[in-house]
Amino acid sequence: MSETVSTSGYNFAYLDEQTKRMIRRAILKAIAIPGYQVPFASREMPMPYGWGTGGVQVTASVIGPDDVLKVIDQGSDDTTNAVSIRKFFARTSGVETTTKTDAATIIQTRHRVPEKELGEDQILVYQVPIPEPLRFLEPRETETRRLHALAEYGLMHVKLYEDISKHGHIATTYAYPVEVAGRYVMDPSPIPKFDNPKIGNCAALQLYGAGREKRIYAIPPYTEVKSLDFEDHPFRVQTFDEPCALCGADNVYLDEVLLDDCGGRMFVCSDTDHCEERRAAGHRGPLSGETPFGEAAE
Amino acid sequence: MYVAVKGGEAAIENAHRLLDHERRGDRRVPDMSVDQIREQMTLLVDRVMTEGSLYDPDLAALAIKQARGDIIEAVFLVRAFRTTLPRFGYSVPLDTDAMRAVRRISAVYKDLPGGQVLGPTFDYTHRLVDFLLAAGAEPEFPAEAEAAPEPMPHVTGLLDREGLIEPETEGNAEAPVRDLTREPLDFPASRDLRLQALARGDEGFILALGYSTQRGFGRTHPFTGEIRLGEVEIEFVPEELGFPVPLGDLVITECEMINQFKGSASAPPQFTRGYGIAFGRGERKAMAMALVDRALRAREFGEEISAPAQDEEFVLAHCDNLQSTGFVEHLKLPHYVDFQAELDLVRRMRAEYTARRDNAELEAAE
Repeated sequence: MSETVSTSGYNFAYLDEQTKRMIRRAILKAIAIPGYQVPFASREMPMPYGWGTGGVQVTASVIGPDDVLKVIDQGSDDTTNAVSIRKFFARTSGVETTTKTDAATIIQTRHRVPEKELGEDQILVYQVPIPEPLRFLEPRETETRRLHALAEYGLMHVKLYEDISKHGHIATTYAYPVEVAGRYVMDPSPIPKFDNPKIGNCAALQLYGAGREKRIYAIPPYTEVKSLDFEDHPFRVQTFDEPCALCGADNVYLDEVLLDDCGGRMFVCSDTDHCEERRAAGHRGPLSGETPFGEAAE
Repeated sequence: MYVAVKGGEAAIENAHRLLDHERRGDRRVPDMSVDQIREQMTLLVDRVMTEGSLYDPDLAALAIKQARGDIIEAVFLVRAFRTTLPRFGYSVPLDTDAMRAVRRISAVYKDLPGGQVLGPTFDYTHRLVDFLLAAGAEPEFPAEAEAAPEPMPHVTGLLDREGLIEPETEGNAEAPVRDLTREPLDFPASRDLRLQALARGDEGFILALGYSTQRGFGRTHPFTGEIRLGEVEIEFVPEELGFPVPLGDLVITECEMINQFKGSASAPPQFTRGYGIAFGRGERKAMAMALVDRALRAREFGEEISAPAQDEEFVLAHCDNLQSTGFVEHLKLPHYVDFQAELDLVRRMRAEYTARRDNAELEAAE
């Protein structure tokens, strides 16, 4: 694409075309080697490191004028940082934005995978704080890169085993490590392990951008992704005792909302679009209509 | 209830409006001009240019104003602007021997070619608050004299002639200049990349690391070979001309540390070097950088690596204040999805713990 200057005075989607090409090369390499962390020359972005600069650079490099963008944080389109990133792209690229999961061609996310199954014409872009799954076991990059090269993942298995011997089960609840396409162990970013099954054999392309750590990695469509576990301690996701208080959904990830200071609480869908869609279709939960959020979230 | 309720967008806009209002302060007090900041907050401007990796006093001054004087925020603005600038090439290496120095001191020789030039410095001032400044007192004009025509060669160059100091590593003029801002840092890093990272690194962090080497954590026995501050000409070779053309002048501070070295099996005893440089008047930064540069050369000299300042991954991965502040402050972002997962786990583990304890008590009672 030639340089197209938008009304904001910056190139389309902020980054210059040379930078986009550099990032696309990294993305292509990442797709070719699923789960492998490709170093890339991460740029300084107009939002802080740790606030999604990696995801923003990936999105800026793959987005075109015909794309429709959805941005979520914690599953919600309305969290402040999601609003800020969505506005950033609306301003610098002028693309259409949406909160509907199925209307989006690119979904940038932090900490969640949408509940709705994604399609082949969609790209899911994750914001990644620490891309290295072995980082908290081995702080040195020189060392972890060697471990990946040798597929030496004993450290990780020992850690999971120690969890079991200490607690009776694996005590990792988010950023739960996965093995991609039978080779690289990968950090799926801090999504709850509830979402791990969704990233395997997914029809959409999944791209992971870590700006501060200067790494991009990817899971191509329909790739086998296995959450690490043991035969006698198989991987299990979180379950909730009650359905969403607003839409009555089961088998979705719920946020706990405190209602008062005497232990009153409700559980609602973390994926706000999913919840809204269900309510629009007439689903009702035990508390819908009784809370200040029931209406306000429309 | 900042998620369940819509309105994030309006809240953000209003928050920014309030921020602008607060930045302005009491509106009865005249608005501070960018010129005033550039001319009167010079050391702040210099620091923002150095850590922002962009030599532009006007832009730095504006960033300082916009950031309400917060250095890291101002650096952030400058860096985000810098990202969008095209890169058309590299300058010819600066010739700091030819610097028009307003300050040049050496701590290793009492007198030397080019002389000791004290210049504008806080050193030897008494740190007494000057209440006359509050009353608007204008300072005297400086004393003037003819500049000495004498050249001002580097002290390290003088030592080099005797072979007392390691020779300057010969740069390969044909080799591409690596650029920290255009390629990912990998380890072990070359010295040019290390120096780039240190030059834009946080002054406070580099200072503390330099200080730590003086206190024994990776001791390097430094002497200030020299510090020089002044204008140097920056030159560029346009491809179509094939000869260097001056682009303008930069004010820079350069520090060369001279460090003891006992020698090794393969090298005779001689002094070694640590190098520091900063835009503008960044003496403290340049000195601290020179200490850390030398500490990071431990591997090169076969020294034992035991202290944080010698640990390349530790220093380079944590010296950038934008990266640090971004990641520390990102903890403000909502984390309730992950927290929910942890809540669930802690509740379950507590339940298991209670069950185990109750069982044990039951068994003990039987």
